Formats: sequence, C-alpha cells, structure tokens
Amino acid sequence: MTIIQFVLLGAALFSIGLYGVLTRKNAVLVLASVELMLAAVNVNLVAFDVYLGDASHAGQIMTLFLIALAAAEVGIGIAIVLLVFRNRRSANIDELDVMRY
Amino acid sequence: MLASLTPLVTRFAFLSEESGHEVHAGDGGALAQWAWLIVVVPVVITFLIVFFGKKSPLKGWGMATFGMAFVAVYGAVLAWVNLQEGILYEGAIEIGKIGPFALQWGWVVDGLSIMMYFLVGVVGFLVFVYAKGYMKGDVRYTWFFASFSLFAGGMLVLVSAPNLIQLIVGWELVGVSSYLLIAHYWEDFDNVDAGNKAFMTNKVADVGLFIGAIIMALSAGSFQFSEIFEKMLSGQTSLAQFGFWAGLALFIGAMGKSAQFPFHVWLPDAMAGPTPVSALMHAATMVTAGIYLVARLFPFYQLPEFAGNVNAIIAIIGAITLFFMGLLALTQDDIKKVLAYSTVSQLGYMMAAMGVGAYSAGLFHLFTHAFFKSLLFLGAGSVIHAVHSNNMSDMGGLRKYMPATFWTFMIGTGALVGLFPFAGFWSKDEIIASGYHTASVDPTFAAWFMVILSIGGAFITAFYMARAVSLTFFGDYTGHAHPHESPKVMTLPLMGLAAFAAFAGFLNVPGVTDVFIRWVTVRAFPIVEHHAEGLNWPLVFIVTPIVLVALTVGFWLFRPKETQAERDAFTIPVLYPLFEHKFYIDDFYMDGIIRPTMGPLADGTLWIDMNIVDAVPNLAGGAAKHVAAAVNTVDQNVVDGVFNTASAGTGATGGFLRKALTGRVQQYAAMSFAGVVIIAALFMIF
Amino acid sequence: MEWFDSGWGLSLVVFLPLVGALVLAAIPRANEAAMKWVALVTAIVTFVVSIVLAMRFDYGAAADIQFGTNLPWIDAISANYHIGIDGISLPLVVLSTFITLLVVIYSWEHWPEPHNPKLLLALVMILATGMTGTFVALDLILFFVFFEIVLLPMYFMIGIWGDTSMRVVPVVNWEIELRLYASIKFFLFTLFGSAFMLLGFLALYFKSGDVGPNTFDILQLSELGRAGVFTGAFAFWVFAALFLGFAVKVPMWPLHTWLPDAHTAAPTIGSVILAAILLKLGTYGFIRILIPILPDEARRWAWFIGVLAVIGIIYGSLACLAQNDVKRLIAYSSVGHMGFVMLGVATMTDIGINAAIIGMVAHGLITGLLFFIAGSMAHRYHTRDMNRLGGQMLLMPKMGVLLGFAAMASLGLPSLAGFWGEFMSLLASFNPLDGLSLGLFRTLMVLASIGTVMTAGYMLWMLRSVNFGEPAAEWLDDHNLHDVDKFEWMAWAPLVVMTIAIGIYPKIVLGATNDAVVNLVNKAFGG
Repeated sequence: MTIIQFVLLGAALFSIGLYGVLTRKNAVLVLASVELMLAAVNVNLVAFDVYLGDASHAGQIMTLFLIALAAAEVGIGIAIVLLVFRNRRSANIDELDVMRY
Repeated sequence: MLASLTPLVTRFAFLSEESGHEVHAGDGGALAQWAWLIVVVPVVITFLIVFFGKKSPLKGWGMATFGMAFVAVYGAVLAWVNLQEGILYEGAIEIGKIGPFALQWGWVVDGLSIMMYFLVGVVGFLVFVYAKGYMKGDVRYTWFFASFSLFAGGMLVLVSAPNLIQLIVGWELVGVSSYLLIAHYWEDFDNVDAGNKAFMTNKVADVGLFIGAIIMALSAGSFQFSEIFEKMLSGQTSLAQFGFWAGLALFIGAMGKSAQFPFHVWLPDAMAGPTPVSALMHAATMVTAGIYLVARLFPFYQLPEFAGNVNAIIAIIGAITLFFMGLLALTQDDIKKVLAYSTVSQLGYMMAAMGVGAYSAGLFHLFTHAFFKSLLFLGAGSVIHAVHSNNMSDMGGLRKYMPATFWTFMIGTGALVGLFPFAGFWSKDEIIASGYHTASVDPTFAAWFMVILSIGGAFITAFYMARAVSLTFFGDYTGHAHPHESPKVMTLPLMGLAAFAAFAGFLNVPGVTDVFIRWVTVRAFPIVEHHAEGLNWPLVFIVTPIVLVALTVGFWLFRPKETQAERDAFTIPVLYPLFEHKFYIDDFYMDGIIRPTMGPLADGTLWIDMNIVDAVPNLAGGAAKHVAAAVNTVDQNVVDGVFNTASAGTGATGGFLRKALTGRVQQYAAMSFAGVVIIAALFMIF
Repeated sequence: MEWFDSGWGLSLVVFLPLVGALVLAAIPRANEAAMKWVALVTAIVTFVVSIVLAMRFDYGAAADIQFGTNLPWIDAISANYHIGIDGISLPLVVLSTFITLLVVIYSWEHWPEPHNPKLLLALVMILATGMTGTFVALDLILFFVFFEIVLLPMYFMIGIWGDTSMRVVPVVNWEIELRLYASIKFFLFTLFGSAFMLLGFLALYFKSGDVGPNTFDILQLSELGRAGVFTGAFAFWVFAALFLGFAVKVPMWPLHTWLPDAHTAAPTIGSVILAAILLKLGTYGFIRILIPILPDEARRWAWFIGVLAVIGIIYGSLACLAQNDVKRLIAYSSVGHMGFVMLGVATMTDIGINAAIIGMVAHGLITGLLFFIAGSMAHRYHTRDMNRLGGQMLLMPKMGVLLGFAAMASLGLPSLAGFWGEFMSLLASFNPLDGLSLGLFRTLMVLASIGTVMTAGYMLWMLRSVNFGEPAAEWLDDHNLHDVDKFEWMAWAPLVVMTIAIGIYPKIVLGATNDAVVNLVNKAFGG
C-alpha cells in the first residue's frame, strides 16, 4: 500500500484550507476553510493509522474525536458569526477590528 | 355568644331591693338578641354609600336616612318594651384572646343604652332629613352622608359597648368622623385646622381614657363592664387600690369628648363643619359620650372605696364649665359659636349632675338637651341658609321672613333657658334640685359650688340667649341677602324636634311621672340615687325669676336700634376683653404647647438625630475614609513604586509591540502560520 | 399531604422564590413580559402554599412546632437544616409571602430607573427567600444565613434604583449621592450588628458543649437556657452581642439612623419590603432567640429595652414633626411604631409579646401601604417636599382617600389593625413581668401614650399639608397626576382590606399567636 496519494490529498486540502482562511473576507467561508484544514488532518490520521498498522487504532479514534470537536467548534463559530452579523449587518472580517489594542 | 345575664338579673333584683328601687327586668327575648342590627346597619350602610353612593338615585341620602329610621324605630320599640317589662341583655362574639383577656364585640341592651339608641335614632333621623335640604348642591354631598353614617355607626358602637375596648373603638370612630366632618370644606385651611384641633384635643384626653381603661381592666382582670362591676361589688379586685386613678383618668377622657374645661377649646372651633353636623354630633350625641361614659361607670364612681373621691372633681369641673364657658357665649358674633359655648355650658350641667350623684337627672338633661339644642342648631342653620352668613351682625328682624324657623327657635330657646313648661325647665330644675339635695345631706364644698354656679349658669344662659334671639329675629333686617323661609324638608324636622323640646319634659315630672327614671335605671347594677317626691318649689321660685330677669335685661340691652353694631355695643370693661379672648386658654395651648413642640422641640430632635446620634456612624465612616486615604497614599507611593516601575517597562514594550496588532484575524492567522512554519523548519534543520 | 407537613411545605415557601430567581436569570433581557409572569406566578404559588400552611396549621397546638423537619446539613459543626413554624412565626411567614406578592403586582407597571426588571425581580425573589427563611429557621446557623441573605439584595436595590439626588452628610460634610450613602450605611450598620450576633451564636454553640453535644439548635438551646446553663458574665456578653444584632435591624434608638436614609433613598418596593418585613426580622429575633435562650438576662435588661423603646417612640414622633419629606416622615414614624413593638417585648409578658406580634403584622400592612402611596406620589409629583404639595384631594381624590386611610391606620385608630399592637403594649406595660420595676414601666406607659398623641399630631399634619387645601399652581396642569391606576389598586386594596379585617377581627393574628406566646413566656419565665 502506498501512502503518497493520501499525503498529497491531505496536503492539498490543508493548503486550500489555509489559503481560504488567510484570504477570504466572509467569516462563514473562513470557518469552512478551517473545516477543510481539519479534514486534511483527519485524512492524514486515518491514512497513517492504516499504513502503520497501529493495533490500538489511536489514529482513527483521534479522528472521531476531531470530527466531534470540529462540529462543536463550527457550531460556536457560526453562532458567533450570526450574532456579529445581526449586530453589524456584516460578516466581513476585515471590519471586525474592535479587539485591536 | 354569651348567654343572657340571668345570674346577674337575679343578683340585680336582690340589690335593687336594698336600694329601695323596685325594677323588674326580663332579657328582652329576640328583640334584644337582634339588637346588634342597630349597630351593624349604619356601619354597613357607610360602606354601601362609599362604594355605591354616587350611583344611587338619592346619592347616598336615602341609604343613610333609612339607616337612621331603622335605628329610631328599633330604639323606640326597645324603649317601649323596656318601660313595660325592663330589658337587661348582653350579647357578644369573641374576636380573639390576648393572654388571659378575651376580646369581644358585643351589645348591651339596658335602660341606658336603649335611651341612647332612641336618641341617636330619632335626632339622627330628623337631622338627616334636614340635611337633605341644607346640603343640597354641596360639593361632597355623598361623602358627607358617608361620613355622617360612619358617625352614627361609631356612636352606636360606643353606646352598645359591653366592654372598655369596644367603648374605645366607638369613641375614636366618632372622633375621626367628627374630624372628617369638621374639615368637610377642606379647601380652606381654617376648617382643616379646626378638625385637627378637635382630633388632637380629644387625642390628648384619650391618653386618660386609655390609661384609665388599662388600669381598670388589669385590676379587675377583664374588659367587660359586667365582670368589672361584679368583681368590684364582691370585693375580688385590686381595683380599690387604683380606683381613684382609674376614675380620674377615665374622667379625663370624658372631659375631652364632652368638652369640659380645660378641654373645651375644640368644640367652638368644630362649628366649622356644616350645621347638621353641629346639631347632631356637636350638640346632641357625640359630645355626650363623656357623660355616657361616666353614667355607664356610675356604680364605680358612686362607691367611696373606688372612685367616689373623683365625684367632687367631676362636680367642680362640671360647674366651672357650665358657668365660665357660658360667659364666653356672651361676646360671640357667630350664632353657631353662641350655641357651641351654650352646648359646652349645658354639658357642664350634665357632668356636674353626675358629680353630685344625680344619675337620672344628668341623663334627663342629656335627653332633653339633645332635642332642644339640635333644634336650635338646625334653626340657626335655617337662618344661615337664608342670609348666607353665620354672623348675627348680618341678621336681625328675621322673625317676619321666617316664621316657622322663628317659632321653633323660640321653643328651643324656652327649653334651653328653662322656662316652664318646656323640656329644659324640668331637666335643669331636676339637676339643681338634686345638687341641692346632695349639698344639704352632705354639705361639701363641691356640692355647694355646683349648686351656686348652676343657678348662676341659668342666669347667663338666659342672658346670652336673649341677646342671640333679639339680634337674630327682632329689629330690622340689616344684611344684604334676601331672607326667605327654608323649604319643608328643613322646617318639618324643626317642628318634629320642637315637639320633643316642648313636651319631653313631661316624661319626668317629680312626684307625677317617673317614666324617664324607670327607663334609665334599668341597669344590671343598681343605681343608688335620691329621687325627689315632688318639685323643689323654693328652688323653682328662685331660678325662674332669675331666668325671667335675665331674659328681660337681655332683651332690653340688645333691643332694636338703628344698626346691628349699635345694638351689640353693650360691654362690661375688663370682663368682656377676657371673654373675647376665651380666657386666653386657646392662646396658651397654641403658644405654650403646640408651637414649642412642633417648632424648637421637633426641630431640635431632628438636629440631634442628624448631627449627634448619627455623628457616630458618620464620623466612624469619615475616620475610616481618612485612614483608608492614608493607607492609600503609602500604598501608592511606596509599595506600588516597585510595581509601577516594572509595569512602566512592560507598558513601553507593549506599546511598541501592539503596533503589530491590527485587529485583523487573518493577519494574526498568517503570522501564527508563519511561526509554525519557522518552528517546523527549525525542527527539520536541527 | 404527609410530604407537605413534614418539611416540604415550608421548604417550598422558602425556596420557591429562589427557583423563581433562577428562572428569571435564564430569561432573555428583552422578554420583560416573561419575567413579570415568572415573578408573578412564583409569588402567587408561594403565597398560596403559605395560605395552605395557614389552613393546615393546627391552631389547637399553636405552641408546638409544626410542618418541621430536621436534616443534617453541615455535620462538621453540627448545623442542621432545622425548620418549622409555630403560632409566632406563622403570621409573619404569611405576611412575607403576602407582601412579596403585592410588591410584584405593584411592579408590573412601576419600574424605578434604571429599568432592568430582570435583576430587580430576581432581587425581590431572593429577598423573599431570605425573609421567610429567617422566620422558619430553627437553627442558629440557618437563621444567620437567611438573616444575611436579605442584606445583599436590599443593598443593591437601594444602591442601583435609589434616589440619585445629592446629599451633604452632616458632621463630616461629604457630598454624596443619597442612594450610595444610604445603601452603604444600611449595609455597614446591619453587618456591624450581625457580626456581633454571629459571635453570640458561636459563643452559645461552644458553651452548649459543656452539658452535651455542641448545638446550634434554637429549641435545644432554649431548653438549655431554661435549665440555667447560660449565666453570669457569659450570658451578659452573649446577650449584649445578640441585642446589638437584633436592635440594629429593628431599629432601636440610637441605632436607627440608617433607617430614614435607607427608606428615603430606596425605590418604592424597596421601602415597602424594608418597612413591612425586614424590620420584623429583628423583633422576631428578640422573641424567638433572645428571650427563650437567655431569659434571665432578658429579664435583667428588660428595663433597658423598655427605656430605649420609649425614647424611640417620643424621639421618632418629634423627628416626624420636623419633617418636610413625606418618605422620611413615614420612615421616622416606623421608629416610633417599632418602639411600641419593643415596649411590648420589653414587658416580657404574654400580653406584651402578643402585642408585639400583632403590632409587627399591623405595621407591616400599614406602613407598607404608606410607603406604596408615598412612592407613587413621589413618582407623580417628582418631589417629596410637603411644602410644595397640597390639595391632593382635588388632584387625585382616590390617592388622597387612601393616604388618609393609611395615616389614620398608622396613628392607631381603633377598629383598624394598628390599634391592637399599640393599645396592648400599653396595657402590658402597666403590669410587666414579675420582678420588673412597676414604677418604671408605668412611667413608660404614660410616656408612650403621650407618644400616641404626637403620632396623631404628625399624621394629621401630613394630611393637612398633602391632602387638604388648594393645590399649588404648579400641579394644576400636570399630566403626570393621574389617579390611582389599576395595578396600584390591585396591590393596595388587599392591604386596606387586611388592615380593616385585623382591626375588626384580631383573631386572624391572635388566634395563632396567643397560645404560642403564652407557652413561650411560661417556659422562659416559669409562669
């Protein structure tokens, strides 16, 4: 079994996600990009778990844990974004600079 | 409910044999058991008027008058049965226990209370009818009848009281309704002040009532009159030890309500209320509550080992009141104030009668006075209604314009001054004769003082009434209004009262009829007093000429002249200024007691409170604040110095670094990613 | 109903408001209607449960503790969750739930500034728990906890919703916002008192170890007190400590100065709760704790309590006569009325203590009503200065009539509730407990009855200035001056009805208290 395709897929997903996080203006898309990055990590975890033949399958367990975490994280994130949108009529993260200084 | 007082009735029969006065009494049956209706009906009607009066067709008058008619009829029936067979009944419901004392509402049906039910009902009914005419168009017509009904209820609570607590309740209820009615026209502060004066004077006297009731109840172990008397007569009470003080304190309470010297000051001012109020409350019924109290406790005041010694004080106070307060009526221009001082003086007669042990005579005068004085007040009201002024200087010659008022007023005057055959003649004569009897049996100073001043009082009464009648009804009209006779709704009650004023005296002609004595001596405890076999003719031949002389002199002195001012010009130097200033008693209360209390004393207390009592916490707070400030200084300059230096460095660094923080999330993310990349690179290299 | 009688009923009355407060905390700030309903339903249910308690109460055994339970709470110091009521606490428990309900009804449309109904209602609910809890606690630690719980909500109530006008404090000349001054003063005074009180409780706890296991249980301590365990200097110091704690709360002269400020500064519902119930915690402490546990010391110092009480009566009345501020006047009148209550307590007789309890209930109803009215008046006129007011009977006739009624009730008019407490404490002071100085107490009786005259004086004076005469020009076209509104009626009418009802039929209160008081006095003083 080769590992290379899975590592490439993970790297691609991570890069796309990183690009999205760093460049998108819409907070929802930023959140989606974060999900992509998490997905990349998951792909890597599953792939290496199988590749290394870990008896305890720690990688897959960690993946399940991450999926739950991602769901929780995106739930809170979306809630915050919605509240911000409701208050400011905008989800543009360039305008969210109240935490400066 | 308590059963009827059967044991007491037997006991009473036994004692009354001793006193030589034979009275048989039953328990009155259902009539007495339902007598609580007399009290409850006016009270309920008061609430009905408050809630529904304005919407009812007669604006509350109908309900109020119905209540009084009910009381009058019930009272009359009770009086009739009482005369036939005697009624002694006491009912009660328990409303709580406090320690060993049972608190009760109850109703007494005996001669004394029946007399008061009848009186309040009849006079009340007539005055309420009159008030329909007098108060017509008043701003607070319904409110007036609500307060008036409250008064009737309170008065009946008072006179039906079988215990001291209920007596106090009724006492204060009539006080507060008096306050409301005196201050009826409260837009004007003068009227409010008059109301306050009445309330406060009574409240001062009530201290006596409270203390007396407390001493009595605690010594006898009960608030019930019947139990108190029973224990008193059987000697099972420490009341003898405190008898004098209890009697004196209760009498002080009575002095307040019955306007005895020196608590008389409120009554003339109380004339600020509408005239029907003056007639019913401040002449006929409420002010007699004090007399009623002494009469209710008569056995207590009668026995030398209890409050017997107070009797002399009662007689002297009564005599002072009847004579000196009568004098004040001489200088008043306001016709209602003339009548008010006259009321004070007549109350003095009643009180003095109680003081010399003339129970029936005092109550008889209370009875007749209620009719003729309310008649006079209503007559005066009729006049005031016609000329729109209280002042006799704006009257004169009204005889021609208002014949019905004039003639009824004449009957009232005849009764008041004590002319044969009007009611006052019989009752006043009875008082003087009883006083004379007491003085001759037991010649004390108090008794003789009372007799002499009573005879003098008769002169003064006739004199000021002659002046009032002459200035009001004779001569020519000098005012500016157009006097006219009052409507029927006002004159008919006048005539009703006039009938009583003319004939009520025949209820009790010594030696001929003793209806009234039989009526009011139906008591659960014997009333031991002297009843004359016939008229005391020598006294009649002294008093009646004195009255006639006074009337003649009065009419002559104040005979018709050019102007009212000229007619009223007669004065006696030294004395008249004294009368005009009411012996300076009011001034003394105002400047000597009230102003200093409300002014310096109250202000001083408040100043002490804010600046001395409160100084401790405030100073403690202040000191704490100063200590805190000192600690703070040390803290800021020394301890904090170290930290401040450290933090200044931190601050400068932060100030530099914060320029990198733009608040853009993505920039932060890029920076952190760069950091991760660098760290990863470092891992790879090393 | 077994569960109800064995502690759950009482616990419901005490803790339902707290649950209500928690629910309130969960309601979004925007949803005011929900808050009001939650508060109202909580108050109604609590009141109904307390009425059920009153109905299931066995009046034949009013001297016994009923509905009680005794569960371990803090084992380490053997503090228990011991609750229960007898005839003395029952009227006060019902009074607390009753007043809480009325306060919530009144609040429906009368919000003091700054608005924030969520916090205000939650504070009211917490107060309710503290108040009823104090009346049912039979364990000193539990009592102390409840006693202190009421402190914070009241502090915030005065400090946040209070009068924002500036006031110069005499003597030290600071200028400070009245609400801050009053709330801090209230807090510090009460804390000062309760610090000593806690010391007293601890002393009793340790001393009780001499004859058995250490205990905070009020009933057990009462037994010990009767058995003469607490004597000598120990008893004196404990008495002094507890006296301070309770006397501040009553308040007794000269510890009363927090009261006028707190009442004047507090928002309407704050003053109502403060006057109607908080003051009773102190007198209740005297009756429930001080007299049973330290009977000999109480008897020894009865003269002192009596003298302070009568000074309070005369002094409070005189201070009232000098007032121009309606709320301050009513506040000082509370000093006088609580003086009558304390005079009743000081006589240490069954009559006197009955008088004190019925006086407490009556004062709660009447002064509660007075503060409601004064608050509503201040809200409409925007001033409390009696010199500027006048002619209210023309401007707002119904308000005027109610004020007149409340004033009459307050001056102790017979046939209204206030009379019984006043008259009976005078009655009691003529014959105080055996061994107390007759001469002194009879003098006190006379002085106190002179106090009733002065009470009448300032109440009539207030009516004259506020109700009567012609209104000043500034009020004639004032559209704020609408007459009593519907929520005010709903909150006030029950007070009026109860004032009349207790006046006519005092058995409503005495029926519960009398046996309990007789029992208490007999046990404490071996009658």
